[in-house]
Amino acid sequence: MADAPHDRSGLAVDAQGLSKRYGAQTALDSVDVAVRPHERLAILGPNGAGKSTLIAVLSTALRGNAGTLRIMGWDTAAAPNEARRRIGVVAHRTYLYEELTAHENLLFYGRLYSVPNLTEHVERLLKLVDMFPRRHDRVGDLSRGMQQRVALARALVHDPPVLLLDEPDTGLDQLHLDLLAALVQGRALPARTVILTTHNLDRALALCTRVAILARGRLVFSCDTASLDPTRLRETYSRLAGAPQ
Amino acid sequence: MMPAARQVLTVVRKDLLVETRARDLLNVMLTFAVLSLVIFNLALDLRGPVVREVGPGLLWLTIAFAAILGMGRTFVREHERGTLTGLLIAPMDRGVLFVGKLLANLIFLFVMEAVTLPMFAVLFGLPVLQPAVLLITALGTLGFATLGTLFSAMAAQSRAREALLPLLLLPTTVPVLIGSVQATSHVLDDTVGGPPWIGLLLAFNVIFLTLAFLLFEHVVDG
Repeated sequence: MADAPHDRSGLAVDAQGLSKRYGAQTALDSVDVAVRPHERLAILGPNGAGKSTLIAVLSTALRGNAGTLRIMGWDTAAAPNEARRRIGVVAHRTYLYEELTAHENLLFYGRLYSVPNLTEHVERLLKLVDMFPRRHDRVGDLSRGMQQRVALARALVHDPPVLLLDEPDTGLDQLHLDLLAALVQGRALPARTVILTTHNLDRALALCTRVAILARGRLVFSCDTASLDPTRLRETYSRLAGAPQ
Repeated sequence: MMPAARQVLTVVRKDLLVETRARDLLNVMLTFAVLSLVIFNLALDLRGPVVREVGPGLLWLTIAFAAILGMGRTFVREHERGTLTGLLIAPMDRGVLFVGKLLANLIFLFVMEAVTLPMFAVLFGLPVLQPAVLLITALGTLGFATLGTLFSAMAAQSRAREALLPLLLLPTTVPVLIGSVQATSHVLDDTVGGPPWIGLLLAFNVIFLTLAFLLFEHVVDG
């Protein structure tokens, strides 16, 4: 990877004034996100608050209507591919090809990212997400939870310093929720910067170092988890975004 | 190998592997092309010099409509399954993705034509399996696939995707279609003189390739 350009902020993710509109509908309204390296930010919010849109814009999958975004110092408008190299994404869709096996999917994405020693690396990841025994099964034949584990491996295949996870617990059983926690908290792999969205307030408090609440496309609350307890978070969430789901 | 070339090959190889397993693109194109030729042959009952006049048009209409059916699937499949986003967030220039998709489409179309041309030669008794016609077929297919790849990416994002691709592709590929039909007719008739159709096809391909390469980024990034 190329060296990061001189960046005075030192932030892993630095988004300022991000806006996204779908016709007359405003999905994101001048959102600022500043995340330090190795920080773990949980974004909470009700359905339709703009969480998935925010992850899509941060991942460069969607182009915002306004605002600037830097990933590890790389401006996504000026050097999109340098920024993309540093992002791993797990979204509602797995981005996996149903006709290909789990192994073939990871090899495909690894080649797009020019990952060295790819075969060994892919096998390590498949073992990490507990999918090595099913590596030669086509993704279309796997359960939703298994597909989600392969999607986690896909997001990690190029060893990105920033992980963007949009409700990454979808379909995972308790055993693999623990694996997800270990990945997010840097116990299973080296620590990295994480932004995740979830509806589960307790999981947000357990996994992350900071939580933020998104409501009607605006970030209305942000606080370190060290100074928050579940009761206060629930009260704040109910007041700003409605009752937690 | 250059990283961009490696990414192009990676996309092509993936598309071929997906298609060999799914078979929803080649099967549709081949079935349509074979059925069209058989129906044309039975319904029109062409004989004598009329075959040489009408044959090239029938051949290129068959190729064009079969190609529309097939190419419509390439980006729709990626869009419906969400894998297009996986490609767009990879560190890959949009031009690289376009070239990869174009090459994959070309391979699928050439496979379809590898069946269509011999069958056409047998059914209509025209010597289309000769180098000049094969060259014209390659050039016409390139023009068609270039615009088809661009417009299928555009149509995939629309709700009216099934209808949009032919509506966009048929009018814009008129120069390629006319050029291919006329060039094929001239070769089969052994005509000397007339417009330099092969040169015109080459020129259209250069223009279409340049435009599609430049516009693709705006199409997929919306």
